[in-house]
Amino acid sequence: MLQRLFAPMVLAILVALPVRAEDVARFTLPNGLEAVVIEDHRAPVVVHMMWYRTGAADEPPGKSGIAHFLEHLMFKGTDTMAPGEFSATVEAQGGDDNAFTSWDYTAYFQRVAADRLDLMMRMEADRMRGLILSEQDVATERDVILEERNQRTDSDPGSLFGEQRRAALYLNHPYRLPIIGWRHEIEALNRSDALEFYQTFYAPNNAILIVAGDVTPEEVRALAETHYGPIAPTPDLPPRIRPSEPPHLVERRLAMADPRVAQPYVIRTYLAPQRRAGDQAEAAALTVLAEILGGNGTTSVMARALQFGAEAKALYTAAFYDGNALDSGNFGLIIVPVPGVSLEDGEAAMDAVVTRFLEDGVDKAEFERVKRQLRASEIYRRDDVEQLARGYGTALTTGLTVADVQGWPAALQAVTVDDVMAAAQSVLDRRASVTGWLMQEETGTGDAEPPSPAPAVDPAPVQGEVPMKTDQGEGAQK
Amino acid sequence: MIHLRLFPMQRIAARLAPAGLMFAGFLALALPAQAEIAIQQVTSPNGHKAWLVEDPTIPFTALELRFRGGTSLDPTDQRGVVNLMTALLEEGSGDLDAQGFAAARDDLAARFGFDAGQDVISVSAQFLTENRDEAVALLRQALVEPRFDAEAVERVRAQVLSNIDSDQRDPNAIAGETFARLAFGMHPYGASGQGSRDSVAALSQADLIAAHQAALARDRVYVAASGDISAEELGAVLDRLLSDLPATGAPLPGRAEWKMTGGVTVVDYPSPQSVIRFGHSGIKRDDPDFIPAFVLNEIVGGGRFSARLMTEVRDRRGLTYGIYSYLSPLDHAELYIGQFATSNASVEEAIGILRAEWAKAAAGVTEAELEAVKTYLTGAYPLRFDGNGPIARILVGMQMDGLPVEYVTDRNAMVAAVTLEDVARVARGLIRPADLHFVVVGQPEGMEPTQP
Repeated sequence: MLQRLFAPMVLAILVALPVRAEDVARFTLPNGLEAVVIEDHRAPVVVHMMWYRTGAADEPPGKSGIAHFLEHLMFKGTDTMAPGEFSATVEAQGGDDNAFTSWDYTAYFQRVAADRLDLMMRMEADRMRGLILSEQDVATERDVILEERNQRTDSDPGSLFGEQRRAALYLNHPYRLPIIGWRHEIEALNRSDALEFYQTFYAPNNAILIVAGDVTPEEVRALAETHYGPIAPTPDLPPRIRPSEPPHLVERRLAMADPRVAQPYVIRTYLAPQRRAGDQAEAAALTVLAEILGGNGTTSVMARALQFGAEAKALYTAAFYDGNALDSGNFGLIIVPVPGVSLEDGEAAMDAVVTRFLEDGVDKAEFERVKRQLRASEIYRRDDVEQLARGYGTALTTGLTVADVQGWPAALQAVTVDDVMAAAQSVLDRRASVTGWLMQEETGTGDAEPPSPAPAVDPAPVQGEVPMKTDQGEGAQK
Repeated sequence: MIHLRLFPMQRIAARLAPAGLMFAGFLALALPAQAEIAIQQVTSPNGHKAWLVEDPTIPFTALELRFRGGTSLDPTDQRGVVNLMTALLEEGSGDLDAQGFAAARDDLAARFGFDAGQDVISVSAQFLTENRDEAVALLRQALVEPRFDAEAVERVRAQVLSNIDSDQRDPNAIAGETFARLAFGMHPYGASGQGSRDSVAALSQADLIAAHQAALARDRVYVAASGDISAEELGAVLDRLLSDLPATGAPLPGRAEWKMTGGVTVVDYPSPQSVIRFGHSGIKRDDPDFIPAFVLNEIVGGGRFSARLMTEVRDRRGLTYGIYSYLSPLDHAELYIGQFATSNASVEEAIGILRAEWAKAAAGVTEAELEAVKTYLTGAYPLRFDGNGPIARILVGMQMDGLPVEYVTDRNAMVAAVTLEDVARVARGLIRPADLHFVVVGQPEGMEPTQP
């Protein structure tokens, strides 16, 4: 019980730490381009990002995957740049570039020496409007994406399972679609689909510029006015109104078997409220709830109850919450039973723990510990300016404001025990949930091929361009 | 704690903090792109050494410890013991059981990570300036006084066994393990450091205690820190953490003889796509030609879009999402390997392209390619030093590689000095198309399984 001894002392120390976010500057150009600048002068590096408020949830029906496909095609050239020249130019500056797509956003970024920002902006501005696509480039890149789907999804039972579960969770909202697209629809995507999507959504008044690193807001503003300022806005941007969910009346259950599954598990995902502009209290409570219930592999409620002792039911448990989305978040629970415990018994044990938690309430020491860690994470986070930039980009493309981002640490600290319990009572509604069993042998439902579970903490799957790349001292990939 | 393979859980970054006292060599190094990084060489009162970059901007320290040896120290009949031992360091020590330790760590908001690799045990820690002493005391307890309680051993053993099962059904893991077995046979490099189901099941508490004594010793430790800590403070941290570890550990294994010849091995695996691992032996890190070899590979198989393999296999033909190769100089062997995945129908074509590219690379590169890659590499190098975490990891890696602190400033000149003749000379010895071996995991069309 040493933690009891530790707690008061540590508390006293940490209370002294200010709960505050990093300093940022923001401005908006007359054409509607919003900009956020995060200063970090420790290293002569800058990350330049262009985020578009469009993603897989904005695709026309039947065109799943077009947002991600376009993201790939954005490297194929303009009037002034040959296909591949964009990345080659970044490399020639010693920089790296890439892009990623999610349901609510598509983003492009370069990481370069701070004095190369001017060139990055010139090129990014060029391809905001000037993309040129040849039929051949489109056809070849479609093959690349089909290989990407093979690699990320079709070769991995957990990924296929996740795709099926998501399609079951959302009855009507396009969050039910896989970002990469359904295979048969990817196969039919063509050049005009890509260009139509591009012309509809890629515009300065639908974009957010984020620059982080060794720069000043004044420099960024001057460069942005030069390169992005002349681009005319799109007057008739479609409103971001997606089909919404009807009331969920009954829980859904899936069971999938695949011979490639080594470790069966149960995962349940509930619909949950997302972070909302000016109203993040419930999302903050859900964040704390996920931490307390299953955020820590040793001391969380689920871990303590299910993973320890001779009668342990689980090899692994977790709870997660993702509220970074424009229209809906989700909350989830996972249990990986120990050998000899069935999925049915594992699920029952998990449910029993949750039921007991709803009756017993929050352990005060764990509650304080979680909030202390959330507070400290604001300090650690500042070491990685690229991650900070991504946080702003995600927030601003999912309906939040800079003030919401800056207010998030305080919102987390304001959460009370009662808030956590109220959030739990509200979110753990089986009618708005999907429970999935992934297993090796056929025991009931399901056939087909396999998928992979959403990573617990940061489930908004982003899809990068470049393959895994190891780094660190030359050739030190061991 | 072991994270199950299924779930890409949050990687807990870890780093350690060292300190120095008696002797703090101070070297201000100007990185090419106007960055300046001051690396202090710290020696503690008790004689422990570390490298430090002090930066008080953010009130925490990133500390990295490396113990040379890693899973290669496993006794032949105890494969997996170092891995299991390392995973148990945070599962109870001193007067704390596993839950007590986790609660104490989280009360301090400290972050610890423990990882066993083929050649090294990595201990990473991040802790706040506010409670540095308490965090270091807790970390010391994990390193010096692990309990290996029966409950924790069984619990973590079950997690390791689950990961072993997962790897046996994961095409990437199958490709890696098959390649390693063919290349190194019975040497520790020839099998997974996790061990096998049987070997892990047989490990005893006594085995774990012995592995701890063998692996975490002062004669093989390297330390680097970056962040809000002075040389003097780091010296105190070093003495606190390291003084109670054994002076010497187990001897390192001998050279791993390269047993693989050119060819193709197909492992049947039900999937629309095959994973292909390929390569042959490589070059030592301390070879005078290592830098030209590194430059050559960056042109041929670097992760950039403009590398030759990326251009030919992905960009021109759409046969893969990504393809890369890299030099892997281990302590007891050197590999030159790469990997990609492609549809079963395309495996033969892709391997043909790769063979052709390898043959082409054996003849060297063009002036334009060399200049472009030199510009990239020299421009990218200073961008790596962009945070306490990255800096501490780079500094400890340099020590493991036997590099001096001046490498930080000299490295770009070494890259810039590489000539076409250097690359051609190195390519002749390093790139050997006839020796290429391909391990294909999948159901490639037109190729028969050669491996059960």
